[in-house]
Amino acid sequence: MDVIKPNQVDELVHNNVIMSTVDAAFNWCRSRSLWPLTFGLACCAIEMMSSAGGRFDLARFGSEVFRPSPRQCDLMIVAGTVTKKMQPIVARLYEQMAEPKYVLAMGSCAISGGPFCDSYHVVKGADTFLPVDVYVPGCPPRPEALFYGLLQLRQKVANPNKIARLKQHG
Amino acid sequence: MLKTQELTLNLGPHHPSTHGVFRCVLNLDGEYITKAVNHTGYLHRGLEKLAESRTYTQFIPYNGRLDYCSGMLNELTYVTAVEKLMGITEEIPERAEYIRVIMSEVQRLANHAIYFASMALDTAGATAWFYGFRDREKCLDLIEMASGQRMMPNYMRIGGVSDDLDENWFKLLKELVDYMPSAVDEYEGILTGNEIFQARTVGVGPVSKEMALDYGITGPNARASGIDTDLRRDEPYSVYDRFKFNVPVRKNGDSFDRVMIRIDEMRESIKIIEQAMKDVPEGPIMAKVPKVLKPPVGEVYHRIENAKGHLGFHLVSDGSTKPYRNHIYSPCFVNLGIFPEMAEGLHLMDAVVALASVDIVLGEVDR
Repeated sequence: MDVIKPNQVDELVHNNVIMSTVDAAFNWCRSRSLWPLTFGLACCAIEMMSSAGGRFDLARFGSEVFRPSPRQCDLMIVAGTVTKKMQPIVARLYEQMAEPKYVLAMGSCAISGGPFCDSYHVVKGADTFLPVDVYVPGCPPRPEALFYGLLQLRQKVANPNKIARLKQHG
Repeated sequence: MLKTQELTLNLGPHHPSTHGVFRCVLNLDGEYITKAVNHTGYLHRGLEKLAESRTYTQFIPYNGRLDYCSGMLNELTYVTAVEKLMGITEEIPERAEYIRVIMSEVQRLANHAIYFASMALDTAGATAWFYGFRDREKCLDLIEMASGQRMMPNYMRIGGVSDDLDENWFKLLKELVDYMPSAVDEYEGILTGNEIFQARTVGVGPVSKEMALDYGITGPNARASGIDTDLRRDEPYSVYDRFKFNVPVRKNGDSFDRVMIRIDEMRESIKIIEQAMKDVPEGPIMAKVPKVLKPPVGEVYHRIENAKGHLGFHLVSDGSTKPYRNHIYSPCFVNLGIFPEMAEGLHLMDAVVALASVDIVLGEVDR
């Protein structure tokens, strides 16, 4: 049996052990499998469904596990128009989700009210009552646009320090 | 001592089986429904009021957002209603009329594919869901190629259509038409011919002919209950009177029949497209319509056979550029009205199937 000499230990550790923080490992894991909430509000929900279908295949990016219960989800995709009657329910669903949780505003209705911004019963954007992480513009956005938004969110989740640094610069 | 207590259960507005944000309050005795009450309005966007602050042309894109599974059909309804109001129905070029018919039927195929997919998902058949969405993408490809948008085409114009179609497009349409019958056969093989699916749907939520008439049910749901009605044949609009197609009618009116009607209709839609694409005439695609539309004072009601039933627009004009009133007669809202009576006495899991088989889109229910 070989005996490891003291001067070889450094080399072995260097080649076989990855040194990192627990946070970085956790963030890496979180970012790679975001579970979205099965939660459609309007038109964009159909586009969200087709992004999970065969042609576009959301499973390639690790977010295909749609869960109907907010307790099992990390990501809320606000897909559609938020009306005043629906707003308290959306807010409650967000509160029911377990930390850490993220919000993606899909489509122009969820960003600003979109084509219905002058309606008397439409909330002008999900960011008026939710902390939105990523905005995906479009009416409705193509599935590819949703994927790009999810990839941006992945970067955001994996590198919180970078985001904090960017925020300092506005 | 055992005793059962009546349970009040909220189905929705956040529930994957309610197809959006529909809420239903159910009273349950064990697992059986004793009473169901519909609550709508969670997606009320005030479209009818918005129409009063938009010009006639500006309202066209909103139709795609109304019933977001069949955008072309909604646009066609609105556009033909305005044309009727202006009295230019006769001036629409032939080519535009044919393109409108082809687009409507392609959209109907896409709508029924999505219906089939969601119906499969609600009976816990995830594989068939993928089949439905696969074929919907093929239909949407054609719509996207012509209009630039997948779901909200904004393709119909008052007086015609926005863009002309080239030979390449018709070649792809031919491919779709050749492909679709085999896809529909697959649907029958994987879902409607499946014994488990039949056990879940046959005899569930039956709607009799009298009940359907009482509630004013239209479209495929009415035809599933044995009412022989189809506006494409009875009140032909556009150039539908030039095509030969059957109107499938079934007797039982249960969930299974409501699915089968859609499957049969897909075959008929393919037939209509085949006939229409053969003799599309050459020529202009837009009638001569003024840039600023000022329809004469008056009112008009126009309805067509949407993928879900009779969709109607009641427009009142006061002679200005904007409508005084725009009322939308929505088939989904009317068809949804039957759900409380249908659900009474049903098992909870069957109620979900019955609701899915009615084919509602909440954007149109709440408007």
